[in-house]
Amino acid sequence: MTLGFYPGCSLKGSSREYAESVVAVAKAFDIEIKEINDWNCCGATAAHNLNRELSLALPARILSLAEKQGLNEIVVPCAACYSRLTVTKFELAKDPELRKKIVAANGLEYSGTAEVLNIIQMLNKYVTTKLEGRVVKPFDHKVACYYGCLLVRPHAILKFDREEDPQLMDELMLKAGATPVDWAFKTECCGAGLSVSRTSSVGRLSGKIIRDAVDRGAEAMIVACPMCHSNLDMRRGAINSFLGEKISIPVLYVTQVIGLAVGLNFKTLGLQRHFVNVTV
Amino acid sequence: MSSDPHYSIPAGLGSEVFAHTEVKVSHCYQCGKCSAGCPLSEEMDYPPSVIMRMLQTASPELEERVLRSFSIWVCLTCEMCFARCPMSIDIPKLMDFLREKSLKEKKANPKAKEIVAFHRSFLDSIRYTGRLYEIGLFAGYKARTLKIFDDMDLAPKMIRRGKLNIIPELIKDRSGVASIFRKTIKKNKN
Repeated sequence: MTLGFYPGCSLKGSSREYAESVVAVAKAFDIEIKEINDWNCCGATAAHNLNRELSLALPARILSLAEKQGLNEIVVPCAACYSRLTVTKFELAKDPELRKKIVAANGLEYSGTAEVLNIIQMLNKYVTTKLEGRVVKPFDHKVACYYGCLLVRPHAILKFDREEDPQLMDELMLKAGATPVDWAFKTECCGAGLSVSRTSSVGRLSGKIIRDAVDRGAEAMIVACPMCHSNLDMRRGAINSFLGEKISIPVLYVTQVIGLAVGLNFKTLGLQRHFVNVTV
Repeated sequence: MSSDPHYSIPAGLGSEVFAHTEVKVSHCYQCGKCSAGCPLSEEMDYPPSVIMRMLQTASPELEERVLRSFSIWVCLTCEMCFARCPMSIDIPKLMDFLREKSLKEKKANPKAKEIVAFHRSFLDSIRYTGRLYEIGLFAGYKARTLKIFDDMDLAPKMIRRGKLNIIPELIKDRSGVASIFRKTIKKNKN
């Protein structure tokens, strides 16, 4: 089967290992993934903070390109891109006038038919049922599944899992042999786009998240978003200085854990790229 | 205006908000759940429920303070307020509208200089290459804020781990993306 793939900018740069693990897991489960040709940035937080039309036109261009390529279903591993693409589909379906304006700005046909899947939806659709039979090296650790904001909110539009106490990543980790802990910061914000412009806020927000995960006995944190990952992993300096102690809990992508469980190689999954060493 | 406060659309900025976002500020009954759940409220000058109240008054002075507030810029659009609002008021959408208006009217809070500079540098990078070029983003941000030495230790660590592209990813249809910017942003120098 063929699945469209929108990596987004982070997965080509600072979160290269997320892309590597998505591709490796897809390959292990015989899913052919096809990158959208000539895709652009979704505009992220910057676009919707500064200009609404731009924040809809950029994702609409991506969806138009997918349609043109005949990709009916696309996986979007970055939670922020997933949110922008899904919100754009929703807004353009609701408001024909707005849609006309956006289509005119892009100069590309748009029907809004391409299905957008986040990484958990993709795994549950194509991997989960086969996973248990494929596990050769159970990820036998206590894990804190961290969903963040944009994978589950706004619920009215995304309609994915539960917005305050989601379960789907926990269930997936259970199947990979891990033991998910019950904790309070599953959907609290890591500080997201303030990473550069207000690093101290990220230290505080991400610090509280890590504190709770560690206090509940987690040995690893599991994420499905490159922004969550870069804040929890690359901003560990700011986090440690907020917490006043050195915390060394590693942060893994959900696809890296599944990859390890089915016997894929550490480097194939890009685990050596993390700032906080993965020793689990 | 109707005498029923639940269905009245306030004058002033509140009516403009409604026209652009369908958000009815009059629906807020000040329960405070948004401010309680907001991860940034302690860094804000006015927490979200107070912004809502200020808009309800339709006082030009308070509306001006909203547009000049730091709150609208430090808001991360994490959507927690919207998730917990018993009246399902889309506060994040309201915040997007307020930011855009604040910037257009050159009223962005001076404390938000770095945050705005980051967003602008981010968009500049996409405008020229189609995709985010992290080195370009950092350079643009540093030029705008003169925070030359911030995060200097980060780049070499990222390069060592293959996390930073030295050469930007250039898409083919860059003129198409540049044209999207021209058509949506128009003359506003956002």
